Amino acid sequence: MKTTGKVTGIVSNLVTVQVDGPVAENELCYIDLGTTKLLAEVIKVNGDKASVQVFESTRRLKNGDSVEFIGKMLEATLGPGLLSSVYDGLQNDLTTMTGVFLKRGEYTDPIDRTKLWDFTPIAKPGDKVVAADWLGEVKEGWLPHKIMVPFAFKGSYTVKSVVAAGQYNVDTVIATLINEDGEEVPVTMVQKWPVKVAVKGYKEKPRPQKIMETGVRCIDTFNPIAEGGTGFIPGPFGCGKTVLQHAIAKQGEADVIVMAACGERANEVVEIFAEFPELIDPYTGRHLMERTTIICNTSNMPVAAREASVYTAMTICEYYRAMGLRCLLLADSTSRWAQALREMSNRMEELPGADAFPVDLSAIISNFYSRSGMVVLNNGQTGAVTFIGTVSPAGGNLKEPVTESTKKAARCFYALEQNRADQKRYPSVNPIDSYSKYLEYPEIVKYLDDKICKGWVEMVEKAKTIVRRGKEMNDQINILGDDGVPMSYHEAFWKSELIDFAFLQQDAFDSIDALCPLERQKFMFERILSICDIEFKFDNYEECRGYFKQLINVLRQMNYSEFKSADFEKYNVELSNLLSSYGK
Amino acid sequence: MANKAYQKVYTKLDAITKATVTLKAAGVSNDELATVAGRLAQVVKTKGETVTLQVFAGTEGVPTNAEVSFMGNPPVLKVSEQLSGRFFNAYGQPIDDGPEVEGEIREIGGPSVNPYRRKQPSEIIPTGIAGIDLNNTLVSGQKIPFFADPDQPYNKVMAEVALRADVDKIILGGMGLSNDDYLFFRHEFEAAGALDKIVSFVNTTEEPPVERLLIPDMALAAAEYFAVDKNQKVLVLLTDMTLYADALSIVSNRMDQIPSKDSMPGSLYSDLAKIYEKAVQLPDGGSITIIAVTTLNDGDITHAIPDNTGYITEGQLFLRADSDTGKVIIDPFRSLSRLKQLVQGKKTREDHSQVMNASVRLYADAQNAKTKLENGFDLSDYDLRCLEYAKDYARKLLSIDVNITITETLDTAWQLFAKHFSPAETGIKQVFIDKYWPNK
Repeated sequence: MKTTGKVTGIVSNLVTVQVDGPVAENELCYIDLGTTKLLAEVIKVNGDKASVQVFESTRRLKNGDSVEFIGKMLEATLGPGLLSSVYDGLQNDLTTMTGVFLKRGEYTDPIDRTKLWDFTPIAKPGDKVVAADWLGEVKEGWLPHKIMVPFAFKGSYTVKSVVAAGQYNVDTVIATLINEDGEEVPVTMVQKWPVKVAVKGYKEKPRPQKIMETGVRCIDTFNPIAEGGTGFIPGPFGCGKTVLQHAIAKQGEADVIVMAACGERANEVVEIFAEFPELIDPYTGRHLMERTTIICNTSNMPVAAREASVYTAMTICEYYRAMGLRCLLLADSTSRWAQALREMSNRMEELPGADAFPVDLSAIISNFYSRSGMVVLNNGQTGAVTFIGTVSPAGGNLKEPVTESTKKAARCFYALEQNRADQKRYPSVNPIDSYSKYLEYPEIVKYLDDKICKGWVEMVEKAKTIVRRGKEMNDQINILGDDGVPMSYHEAFWKSELIDFAFLQQDAFDSIDALCPLERQKFMFERILSICDIEFKFDNYEECRGYFKQLINVLRQMNYSEFKSADFEKYNVELSNLLSSYGK
Repeated sequence: MANKAYQKVYTKLDAITKATVTLKAAGVSNDELATVAGRLAQVVKTKGETVTLQVFAGTEGVPTNAEVSFMGNPPVLKVSEQLSGRFFNAYGQPIDDGPEVEGEIREIGGPSVNPYRRKQPSEIIPTGIAGIDLNNTLVSGQKIPFFADPDQPYNKVMAEVALRADVDKIILGGMGLSNDDYLFFRHEFEAAGALDKIVSFVNTTEEPPVERLLIPDMALAAAEYFAVDKNQKVLVLLTDMTLYADALSIVSNRMDQIPSKDSMPGSLYSDLAKIYEKAVQLPDGGSITIIAVTTLNDGDITHAIPDNTGYITEGQLFLRADSDTGKVIIDPFRSLSRLKQLVQGKKTREDHSQVMNASVRLYADAQNAKTKLENGFDLSDYDLRCLEYAKDYARKLLSIDVNITITETLDTAWQLFAKHFSPAETGIKQVFIDKYWPNK
């Protein structure tokens, strides 16, 4: 018997329901509005009163309206066809909805049930399997999409049969398993999993071993993010958070990208719709959209679904990770998610924590970040979920609860700085405040030694020191005046400017400069550092400034030219001439 | 708003605050309208039999035995071509002595556009103001506010931009407009001979603040009618959104909600987003562009209202008085149009974005030089040239009284570069230098 109830109170999207039976925390229910039914989630129970957050507008809802509980938590539907889809926060397919406007209570199937997939079996009758083990494979775009023993299956199973290679739709029973009690259990290509629960079903979660290339110099070289790592990008509005995130989405070295547009601008998502189908994945040469899933709960869409959107996105990533794929999850912005929590907490009249956020905000955030990571699957293969979230600190002040909580959870920190953005020094990632904890991992240091060149991390540290020293020198120059400091101060300052202008700054809108592969980063980085090694002897600071401006100009022209093209080599020669014209 | 015969009339209020009343009533739906002692009110909370109403006109003089009757529907607007050229109050009633509008009844504050059905904005809205067109190019379907101190001429600039823009309809949503400003808009629109393409919803300072909460939804319901039903290009002007947010905080405060930053309600972000996200480029050619005004307190953009606004809107136009030239300028550092790259170099000349970046970078160098000067240091030759450039740049391009085409703007910028700098100092791509550097 399903539990039912009646609405007894409404404040915006928080509805109180008097229930006639058992209800579970996070259980879903439908509120009957006569013409349509609204989905809601239990967030608090007190006696026979359940507080539910409605995933839709509650306009025209009345006390006394009937409610039916469905005995399930919010679940993601997982199967072939998730890639290149566009979902809302509850995983409704936005592309199959009719009409220009979203209609309340319209719920669409996340997966095309009719499409046929080329299935190839992997498991054989008699195989012993557990949850997340691979039974077969279909080709989704160019990716091998494994059909697995559903994550929800407990205990071990014996494969009774697997269908022969052939074309099937997702609802076809592709395997029959026998459980420990000797009962037959059918498996199709689709499974469901509650989004707020982490997907397990792997052997172990080791420390990250290698870096994920993004083609963005200030990340890959200065503060690389590990495959399976976590990072966050806080910054005031107008500092280029979204541009940077899109650049990572376009260029990130991953098999699957899930972008969660969480409470952000609709036009930014439209930009993805418009651009991604045109763009080519730099690693495989295939269309970017084929490896991308978009979860889109923009700022004007219902607040409760905004909270769900990040969980839905993470669950999809975990699903692909279990296939041995490398996934990248980008969430823009986790602050909007935190604000959704705040709105509900406020309506429930809970005692607030700092800035009226719920007191368990920090725990919720770190719990979410912990779902990412590299894993070793039961069959020894590896998969990874790399997570990068943006944070929109109120007033650009990093001393606020969401930023502080995230800082405790994430391993990379890319601080976007208003001052750099004002000067159009993009990406406005502050080279001194930002950090990557992964540079301290011996595994990663060794990986970089092998992948790029021996002693790479030392070179990076050296460059950071030059930048830091340059800033100090600049402060001194500003205090004491151009003539009040020794020439070496000017030289140190301009060497840091050289690194900034020619390496850290990167034009995300230039077709060539936008993507800088590691090989090219190495070339430019070594070239620039070798210039910084030279001890110049300038007569006056005007000469120093003028000379470095010339160097910067030539190096920037190199950045704008195709790597190792005739133009590039021409500027490289020009640079050498410029350097030898000075000499030691 | 006469009571219909079958409606039950309640006459016992349990509680009254300055903005809300509470009573026991049955069968009430969320967001439903009601009248309290003849004043319009809306359901904001129900708890068992207890219903809380926000009274738009305020509760001064409302007795505990006031008549309350429920209307059974959320706020609505009658939409038709008859809206054109008319002035309305916050309830959608005419204030220009004209007749009632006949038309289809639409709920205001309706649903969102499916993001997947949106089109990418791609049409430039030239304003003639070089500080906007060069550095912060506007695009139809965009939402962008002016951030300005109360003493800046923001309403004047907004009216100019609106009248120069090539759009089918202009919808004014005035919240807490002073009577003088209201008459200014009326006069500007009439003088431009553009009245027939303008619809205005106005709440002046003489009227109760909570009424303002209806203005944006009314204006946008009208905008959606023209953009969606008639496929027109609609420009919506909202001034002043700070006063709108203040009204939100009044209601939330009266309902005993826990305030977050700057005593604003915790839902401020979502409340503002619901309005601004109505800006859209529709698949069938219609569009809604929103230009708003958010007044600041002494340039403080970290206050919750401009801060949340900045995270929602696609940039902001920052008005500032320039002490060097005595002009009001569009501040190139704090201003931003997030959609500019959709049109720059595509709908404008190829060198647009490089010219913009160089011009702003050099202006930043001038600011550094100015700091040095203020600290009493000697200036280098480059510093001096930067300072001269900054004055020219402010006067000829950033000032809001400039009215030139975009190509003229770019040419002017190149002339300023050539006057003050060498090509290498601008850092512009060589191909553009070769093509556009003026020959002296």
